[in-house]
Amino acid sequence: MNPGGLLAQAAPLDPGRHLILHPGAPQGSHIEWLYWLIFWILAVVYVLMIVAFTRAGARSRADFIQPLPVMKNEEGDRKARWAVGSAVAITVITLFVVLVLSVITGKQVAGLTSKNPVTIQIMGHQWWWEVTYPNPQADQTVITANEIHVPVCTPVVVLTNSSDVIHSFWAPSITGKRDLLPGYSSAFWFQVDQPGTYRGQCAEFCGLQHAHMGFSVIAEPVDQFQAWQQQQLKTAAEPSDDEASRGRAVFLTHACLMCHTIRGTDAGSRAGPDLTHIGSRRMLAAETLPNTRGALAGWILDPQRIKPGAEMPPNSLAPDDLQALITYLMSLQ
Amino acid sequence: MRRRLQLGMLFAFATLLVSCAREDRILRQPPPANQALNTIQVSGLNPGANALPIPQTPSMYEESAHAVSEGQKLFDQYNCTGCHAHGGGGIGPPLMDSNWIYGIEPGNVFATITQGRPNGMPAFRNRIPDYQVWELVAYVRSLSGQLPRGVSPERPDHMNYKPSEQSTPKQPPTGITGQPEQHQ
Repeated sequence: MNPGGLLAQAAPLDPGRHLILHPGAPQGSHIEWLYWLIFWILAVVYVLMIVAFTRAGARSRADFIQPLPVMKNEEGDRKARWAVGSAVAITVITLFVVLVLSVITGKQVAGLTSKNPVTIQIMGHQWWWEVTYPNPQADQTVITANEIHVPVCTPVVVLTNSSDVIHSFWAPSITGKRDLLPGYSSAFWFQVDQPGTYRGQCAEFCGLQHAHMGFSVIAEPVDQFQAWQQQQLKTAAEPSDDEASRGRAVFLTHACLMCHTIRGTDAGSRAGPDLTHIGSRRMLAAETLPNTRGALAGWILDPQRIKPGAEMPPNSLAPDDLQALITYLMSLQ
Repeated sequence: MRRRLQLGMLFAFATLLVSCAREDRILRQPPPANQALNTIQVSGLNPGANALPIPQTPSMYEESAHAVSEGQKLFDQYNCTGCHAHGGGGIGPPLMDSNWIYGIEPGNVFATITQGRPNGMPAFRNRIPDYQVWELVAYVRSLSGQLPRGVSPERPDHMNYKPSEQSTPKQPPTGITGQPEQHQ
């Protein structure tokens, strides 16, 4: 990972793969197909309307003013009836065709074809995403945040829920929007065919920092995905040097441990994101900052400046303590 | 005459509108400062003639419904419910009755949270930022109806199926025997 690439992804003008017109997934392709179909139908209608208006406007007014008083014009009436009738019929038929194709696209997007999907549980929080890979064995369950790793060409079933308000899961290059309703578990599925990183965004206004509630879907070949999963299953690495172990002590004696979990230490609260492998993530604070030492320091010291209203309180740490804490957190690969 | 009456009523309504100030939501908290609150009197025993003064609470937290509901959220997140349940007590004493072991003033509750108390209450100094402790204090005090009625003690997301604690008359707490429970 090069820092230049990270910064480019963090820049607001370059949101990465966040477009319905560049799908990387079969469902996204269906949606893109429907989008272009409706676009071309509307384009034809638009051109016809403009032509009709232009012709009507170009006709000489004298034609209408001359034949006074009004005379009965049976042939004209019949032509007008035909014109209106066929226009109505074409409109109804076109709308019906669009409706049918929408329903077909919806069915194609919703229908799950495989019997061996990967299951992911996504919990919406103000303003981040808790991602769990559930497993009947508790110690085989992976919990992470904001970065959803999936294997390519494998269906992924997503179980959704929310802890506070309604959020909406939307990765435009992959599939349509799905609402996350508080206290109500529902499910949908998606599949990604092209490896890569796809940006997503909360698509239901959920409070002050709604705009800073991003996530990314990282699609990898199956063996890479499994390696990632094995790495995430490990408890936090023991500090390798004095500074890192001092950082761990800082973590465990300050406000951090009231909200965050680092598996393998005493910190086990579930109010904030799991930080057991924070060093392996690309971004911080739900795709708001790149995961660099500087950004992490700014976030720890004064998160309310970066995301006003976020749950994380400001922290005052001595410079040495802060450096040690960051060294420790970055070492959690 | 009638016109004057109408104008007078209009003026009266306009005056009413002036008092409709929206409550400020304190978003950008000042960074926490480690103030030692060692002036709190914990017991009735006091050396010397003068009792120590009770420190004044920052009133903004007790007048802000947002701060109180933040306190309610933190009460859950910081696992206060583990011992105090939702105010009814369990391993720890109940917080919704009128029986206060270490004092009822905001400063007393603040000291109890930051310093910890014997028989199980941990000290949260340096673990919880000061402003969040004050929010917790506001919520804890609201449980027994110490705050103004406008600052609702509980604003749950689900529908209210019973009137809030504050809008019902105060009732003495009763244990199994019908007598107020004694602690310590």
